[in-house]
Amino acid sequence: MTWTLFELLLQASLMTIFVSVTSILLGLAFAIGLSAMRMSGIGPLVWFARIFISFFRGVPLLVQLLLIFNLLPAIGISLSSLATALIGLSLCTAAYQAENLRGGFEGVPRGLIESAEMAGLSPVQSFIWIRTPIALRLTFPALVNEAILILKSSSLVSVVGMIELTKMAQNLAASTYMPLPIFASAGLIYLAINWIVAIAGRRAEAALPGLPAK
Amino acid sequence: MTQPAISVRNVSKRFGETLVLKDINLEVPRGQVSCLIGPSGSGKSTLLRCMAFLEEASAGMIEIEGEPLGFSEKDGKRRRQTAAELRRTRSKIGMVFQQFNLWPHMTALGNVSMALRRVRGLSRKDAEERAMAQLVKVGLEARAGHYPSQLSGGQQQRVAIARALALDPTIMLFDEPTSALDPELTGEVLNVMRALADEGMTMVVVTHEIGFAASVGNNVCFLDHGQLLFHDTPEAVFAAPRHPRLEQFLDTYLDRGAQMLR
Repeated sequence: MTWTLFELLLQASLMTIFVSVTSILLGLAFAIGLSAMRMSGIGPLVWFARIFISFFRGVPLLVQLLLIFNLLPAIGISLSSLATALIGLSLCTAAYQAENLRGGFEGVPRGLIESAEMAGLSPVQSFIWIRTPIALRLTFPALVNEAILILKSSSLVSVVGMIELTKMAQNLAASTYMPLPIFASAGLIYLAINWIVAIAGRRAEAALPGLPAK
Repeated sequence: MTQPAISVRNVSKRFGETLVLKDINLEVPRGQVSCLIGPSGSGKSTLLRCMAFLEEASAGMIEIEGEPLGFSEKDGKRRRQTAAELRRTRSKIGMVFQQFNLWPHMTALGNVSMALRRVRGLSRKDAEERAMAQLVKVGLEARAGHYPSQLSGGQQQRVAIARALALDPTIMLFDEPTSALDPELTGEVLNVMRALADEGMTMVVVTHEIGFAASVGNNVCFLDHGQLLFHDTPEAVFAAPRHPRLEQFLDTYLDRGAQMLR
């Protein structure tokens, strides 16, 4: 195990971080949209959200990635590996985050929505300025958890041709015949990243002002 | 006769099988403090919430300064108003809740300036200036940057009053504004309300503070089992209770006071 090999792993981990962070944020935006659809009371939107969530939660991410990778070119859309990876990961995490958020939205005390209504906020304004920020705060620990899961699941995007931390480790192990130190290093890098995410999450949680009284 | 601030005509409210308001008729005069009292479950909070259309009356009409609230009446039939119509009529009403209902993710100043910015379209600077003026009025300018969780209950309720006042309502509704407060914190909220009454604000207050009703109220409504049994001046209601249910209610209240002295 040389420093050069370790450096290659660190470089590849940047791709892991980039893919994960982008997917988490895109997924969060989609999840808020899905929650809005689910709570809209408009039949087709509610059903779209439900079917979307049950598909992306019910089918393994690996299968989803392979489906997207093979399906889109078949209907004439060619996407780069990176785009495929980002779409797959963010849609999958969107489904999980939407379910987390549902609990958060249900936890927003009714009185806070009533006071928004009395202040003249429209339902959309109330959703944007009152309900969503409170739901996000209520579900923040679940969001950190999801971020850690996605960081680890991002190893699956190697099947669509992405070279991230796990794939790089596999390549290096195959070419150097040193699987043990290389995979151990990769594992340590994952551990370090997730450790930072967990600590940052706890810090952020403590700094977030005022949750509604329990 | 001048037009009343709120007129309640033949309002009934049903929750499933239970009739919680029975054919209520009430005119809330402008510039006066009207107190709704009565035992718990008497329907007084429900009536107040109907006046804000937070509850929909099952039958009857409510008008705010002559404008129908929530439902419009045409050929004797009620039609649900559009959201925009409802918001317009509602903009005359400020509401203060028992649980304060401040938004926990915003500072006191944020809570008060929120609707000024998002609903009235004021710039951040103008909205915050006006919000600050309201906080000064309730004596909380020093707490403008605090989040609700960093304020006492009494302070939170005063911020909630400032938030409602910032939108220049002509009518203020108070739903048991001091019931969630420790006794030593009720005074500061009642003082703010008293000052507001002195300015001539039209107020409807659901309260258990009989002392407040007696000293600040211009008229007192006594509800029991969903019926409006009395609507009179505090002198008439408290000095010579004529109705056995009212006697009983006041006795219980006085008993509670007496027990505290023992």
